[in-house]
Amino acid sequence: MKPGEKQTKQKKKMIQDWFLLGITIVIVVVLLLVFPDKAEAVTSTSQEYFLEMIIILPSVMIIMGLFAVFISNETVVKYLGKTSGFRGISLSILIGTLPTGPLYVAFPMASTLLKKGASISNIIVFLSAWACIKIPQEMVEVQFLGAEFMFLRLILTIIFVIIMGFSIEKIVGWRVKRNKIKEQRGVIG
Amino acid sequence: MNVTTIIINGIALGCLFIAFIKDRKKAIQSLKMALKSFIKIIPMVFIIIIIIGLLLGFVPPNQISRFVGEQSGVSGVLLVGVVGALMHIPALLSFPLASSILESGASVTAVAAFITTLTMIGMITLPLEIKELGRNIALLRNGLSFIIAIAIAFIMGMIL
Repeated sequence: MKPGEKQTKQKKKMIQDWFLLGITIVIVVVLLLVFPDKAEAVTSTSQEYFLEMIIILPSVMIIMGLFAVFISNETVVKYLGKTSGFRGISLSILIGTLPTGPLYVAFPMASTLLKKGASISNIIVFLSAWACIKIPQEMVEVQFLGAEFMFLRLILTIIFVIIMGFSIEKIVGWRVKRNKIKEQRGVIG
Repeated sequence: MNVTTIIINGIALGCLFIAFIKDRKKAIQSLKMALKSFIKIIPMVFIIIIIIGLLLGFVPPNQISRFVGEQSGVSGVLLVGVVGALMHIPALLSFPLASSILESGASVTAVAAFITTLTMIGMITLPLEIKELGRNIALLRNGLSFIIAIAIAFIMGMIL
């Protein structure tokens, strides 16, 4: 994607979001005019949640901005490209948790890593960690759902993601093997 | 002001301080980036808090718990999991939404399924993932992620 193209796409998304907000506001105003007795409950809940978010959101954005600028994609690829085994898995999780942007940023990185010979299990663990164990994300989770919930989900996620990484590596390996056998048979037959 | 708020803001200030000492230019660049993403997420924040307000104000708790509460069983959890997989909102905003449905009677299992599928599975970004990583890996990752998300959710429901 060219930078210009990306910018227009982002602009379009922005306009779309504000438009959506407009619609939402119209809906809520109409609803509250029809049911004025609900207004108190709706506004007080919204207000409460808004305060809880606005008090942490700027900080979360700052942390993400700092890591995105100070740790470049090249650094990530450099560190993940040459490790394997237990160290590789741990590093994949660790780097995945760094607060640096949404999942689609990680796909091209993962693709580069695959071409450079990183194992599939590492890539899957890296992508999953990137998707769901980001540090600021975990902090927001504590804020809204509590530390117990966050830690339990974190531990379970790490365990299952590692299992998933190795399973996918095995499945893809079988497929490659099967295709090779087919090819060989094709050559002989 | 609770402890979490203080910790998050403290970490942000600390990191910012170190960043300015290490490289002023990069630190300013980070702040600009933070401001940009903040502006970008603002409309979504308002949409989510309005939805939460409507949800808690209008939908009676027993309705929510009937669909995604303790007694709703496997189908309720699967339903929430699918909704999470299809939704495309920033992960950060899934937590207040999750907390609001938990408050109004949804089970821990349902809430955990929702957050986990929402963060791990991306239907909207799937074409990009296929392009970058190939059909095999992309489909396997998203498919298995759904299964492990449901497994994680049920284990969490049993423990909490």
